[in-house]
Amino acid sequence: MSEIALVNNPNVGLDKTQKGGPYVNDLSTLNLGPTHPATHGIFQNILTMDGETIVDAEQTVGYIHRAFEKIAERRPFYQITTLTDRMNYCSSPINNMGWHMTVEKLLGIEVPKRAQYMRVIMMELARLADHIVCNSILAVDTGALTGFLYVYQWREHIYEIYEEMCGARLTTNMGRFGGMERDFSKVAIEKIKVLLEGLPKGLKEFEGMVMRNRIFMDRTQNVGAISAERALNYGFTGPNLRAAGVDYDVRSLNPYSSYEDFEFDVPVGTKGDTYDRFLVREEEMWQSLRIIQQALDNLPEGPYHADAPHYYLPKKEDVYHNMEALIYHFKIVMGEIDAPVGEVYHSVEGGNGELGFYLVSDGGRTPYRLKFRRPGFIYYQAFPEMIKGSSLSDAIVTMSSMNVIAGELDT
Amino acid sequence: MENQQIIDALQKQFGEEAIYGIGESHGILQVTTSVDNIVPMLHFLYADPVMKFQFLTDLAGIHFPDAVGQELGVIYHVHSLENNVRLWIKAYAPIDRPNFPTITDLYASANWMEREAFDFYGIIFEGHPNLTRILNVDDMDYHPMRKEYPLEDASRHDKIDELFGR
Repeated sequence: MSEIALVNNPNVGLDKTQKGGPYVNDLSTLNLGPTHPATHGIFQNILTMDGETIVDAEQTVGYIHRAFEKIAERRPFYQITTLTDRMNYCSSPINNMGWHMTVEKLLGIEVPKRAQYMRVIMMELARLADHIVCNSILAVDTGALTGFLYVYQWREHIYEIYEEMCGARLTTNMGRFGGMERDFSKVAIEKIKVLLEGLPKGLKEFEGMVMRNRIFMDRTQNVGAISAERALNYGFTGPNLRAAGVDYDVRSLNPYSSYEDFEFDVPVGTKGDTYDRFLVREEEMWQSLRIIQQALDNLPEGPYHADAPHYYLPKKEDVYHNMEALIYHFKIVMGEIDAPVGEVYHSVEGGNGELGFYLVSDGGRTPYRLKFRRPGFIYYQAFPEMIKGSSLSDAIVTMSSMNVIAGELDT
Repeated sequence: MENQQIIDALQKQFGEEAIYGIGESHGILQVTTSVDNIVPMLHFLYADPVMKFQFLTDLAGIHFPDAVGQELGVIYHVHSLENNVRLWIKAYAPIDRPNFPTITDLYASANWMEREAFDFYGIIFEGHPNLTRILNVDDMDYHPMRKEYPLEDASRHDKIDELFGR
């Protein structure tokens, strides 16, 4: 302890053996973040501590705010896709598809069945990648590094599938209005099949190592718990809400992109603590694998995009050799095409909750107003309430299990 | 539960004059009301044993500079999870007095949503426990999502509508 700290500490020099002594029970302030190695993102929490116990917490958000909603008001619709995948960058294809479906709703485009199934496959792969990150990092935060390595290679494999589909890994810009930009290649199908075979093994190994592990259970059970009632009041969605015992899943309640065709279970927890959130995500991964298997087995034949030349970017070969394609290409890229007047809300089940798009169009080439409903932004408010009275190490684990993504939090 | 049932219940409770506009967008009912009616209406919808609009999905601010006297608006997206029905409640206020009541006592999730609407549109939520900026820096002295703040440099020639026959 430095000399200054000794001077400022009012308890120094007092007789601590004396019962009911005159020492001052002072609270200390701890700055957790903005860049702290244990918080996985730019989050600041100003904690008021009583020794090891957290008395109060105040969050500061907005460190990576990039004004997406304002930028979107100046951009043609198709240029906004690249903004959406910079929100929840752990599951960017879900954001892309959610945005495409919102615009398709506004334009009234019917997407062919094959494209819908392809989207389902890509979205479930994104969910797998998201949950792999969240759960394995949660294990790392409690001190278990090995399990992380078993599953993380499969996240790498999923990124290779993204690469095969759209050429990018993290910020995917996948799909187009009306469908997908290209069909599954042989390599992509092959890679998905390898994943369906290999990931269950890795996942089982991971679960065997972590799920019933005494240390892990002690660190996560009854930590950061929230009741179903409070969770609903705080606007929780996704695995965090389901861990508290509410079976709200957008995929089953308001099916989109043919989710009604697939059979899958919606796992729910009972206590809403960190362990339940972990278990719900684990089970969701198994359900995602089930959905991908069904979609791949029943993948319909047919076109992989809708016939919507005003909005669907034509193939590059056609642009060079076909006059009409060249015109449409120019008009789409320059953002010359006006959208109809309307107001739509569309939501998809993102990696960490209900990801909604509220779009107001005044008939121009850009949205008049676009509001992103980011699940992380809404449920992260509950964090101080969830960690009050717990220790600092529990707060780290709670935050890790909430799957708050900084990019999504701050748009 | 049909949308007509919600309209009937609201009209019965608050009178027909309280509901200015009724619309529907892809199955989602939208109701426009006055600022004074927001809190009683949301409380009524929350507590009703059948409707149970107990989940606040989102709260969006909006700015219409041409609508004189009704420039700033707030759109409340509420969701009845039991009936799986969504509803938008809209209200507008003049820009020189953009005061709305807070709904944080009903929905804890409204806290940051209202701070966001304040931050970007300057909408003042009366009774809010901590109405400060949330995403922008604290010493910013304007509300950036209002339409009077253009996003890009207006001198850019590739964006002039005239040149493209727009």
